[in-house]
Amino acid sequence: MSYLAYGVAAWLFLVGLYGIVTSRNLIHLVVCLTVVQASTYVLLLAIGYRHGATAAIYADIPTSRAVVDPVVATLTLTDVVVEATVAALLLCLAVQAHRRFGTLDPDELGALRG
Amino acid sequence: MSRRLRLVIFGLGSSGMAALLAWGLAGLPSFGDFDGRYGQLLAHLTVPERHATSAVSVSTFDFRGLDTLGEEFILFTAAVGVLVLLRAQRAGETVAAEPMRQRQPTAESLTLRSIASALAAPVLVLGAYVVTHGHLTPGGGFQGGVILMTAFLLVYLAGTHLHMRGVRPLSAMEAAEGAGAAGFALIGVGGVVLAGAFLENFIGFGTVGNLISGGFIPLLNLSVGLEVMGALLVIVGELLDQRFLVRKGDW
Amino acid sequence: MTAVQAVALVVVALGGTAVVLARDPARQALVAGIFGFSLAILFLAFQAPDVALSQIAVGAVALPAMIIYALRKVQRRDEVERERR
Repeated sequence: MSYLAYGVAAWLFLVGLYGIVTSRNLIHLVVCLTVVQASTYVLLLAIGYRHGATAAIYADIPTSRAVVDPVVATLTLTDVVVEATVAALLLCLAVQAHRRFGTLDPDELGALRG
Repeated sequence: MSRRLRLVIFGLGSSGMAALLAWGLAGLPSFGDFDGRYGQLLAHLTVPERHATSAVSVSTFDFRGLDTLGEEFILFTAAVGVLVLLRAQRAGETVAAEPMRQRQPTAESLTLRSIASALAAPVLVLGAYVVTHGHLTPGGGFQGGVILMTAFLLVYLAGTHLHMRGVRPLSAMEAAEGAGAAGFALIGVGGVVLAGAFLENFIGFGTVGNLISGGFIPLLNLSVGLEVMGALLVIVGELLDQRFLVRKGDW
Repeated sequence: MTAVQAVALVVVALGGTAVVLARDPARQALVAGIFGFSLAILFLAFQAPDVALSQIAVGAVALPAMIIYALRKVQRRDEVERERR
């Protein structure tokens, strides 16, 4: 049972990679990339969790209470917003590729061929 | 490389990767038993030392502020990348962007437009609340910036633009984004000048629980909120060939 | 591990699979929004409300919107090209 969290993170990573490899549409590919990103968030937060601990906000609990690790929450929350922006940049690259080649199929992008 | 060959290689690679992941993840401490001293130390220092109640915000902006600066600049760079890609594309474009005067309202649906116009102001207030209370409750610049962006998007969905009088709003969103990014770095430099180290706190900490407490964390929250809102609006604006603020008379 | 966390983990795993298996990008944007929301519930179950707030704002609102806008840009270009011929 304890390995369910780590297992889900690994599963999301591999399933996202499978989506990227077998994708027929550049926009579908970028969304599969967000699934891979989600696997890192799940792994980070699963590592930082402690049994019986509560959220690391002391606004309404005494300072002696056990809290989950705040550092992984830090990493993850900045990461969520930033990676969405990077996904937006990749979407714009997909739009640009469509403009250049007229197709969104990764198999038909042929720029590197002589 | 044919699809089948690619699938075979992926199958081999992913089974190797799965084995490595299983071996690595099995070596981690069991779920819920992580004994991270550093995180616990930061959590215990939050209230007595920094006079703020959100350990996550204090970690983000004070203890690990340099990491956040780097992340913020990734965001800034991605937004600039989108600008470069799509604006250069529009300059040499064979498909004209919809000219502003002819633009139709976003939807014929009265429901969408009325709900969007009703929600725009409350969402704006919610975004401002989340940004300013970042050091007290869950929230902060990143979350509040995205919520603020949503408020502007709702105005667009309501089928109208925000009108600004006099000010040239062509680059208002870009100015907001740049000001936010520069603000963070300048506050860090202020730390060097006034307190001896980059991103070292130089404002008094105040009383725990007040809105003005936690040192310079509220300032950093504001600059990050401004930057995230500006960056996301720039990106969404470029994707829509749209400007969210227009000068009165341009529309 | 509490029951909420276990259920949330299973829903996230299924959601991720659904996002990959939805091949049409417009449909996939909707599934991605639901996946983002289930992720936010998981983050709440892991006692990380800041991250959940971030994930809701981004993964359920901003990201599906950006996918749809990118799709629209591509489709408009397709329409114009088709009219031109």
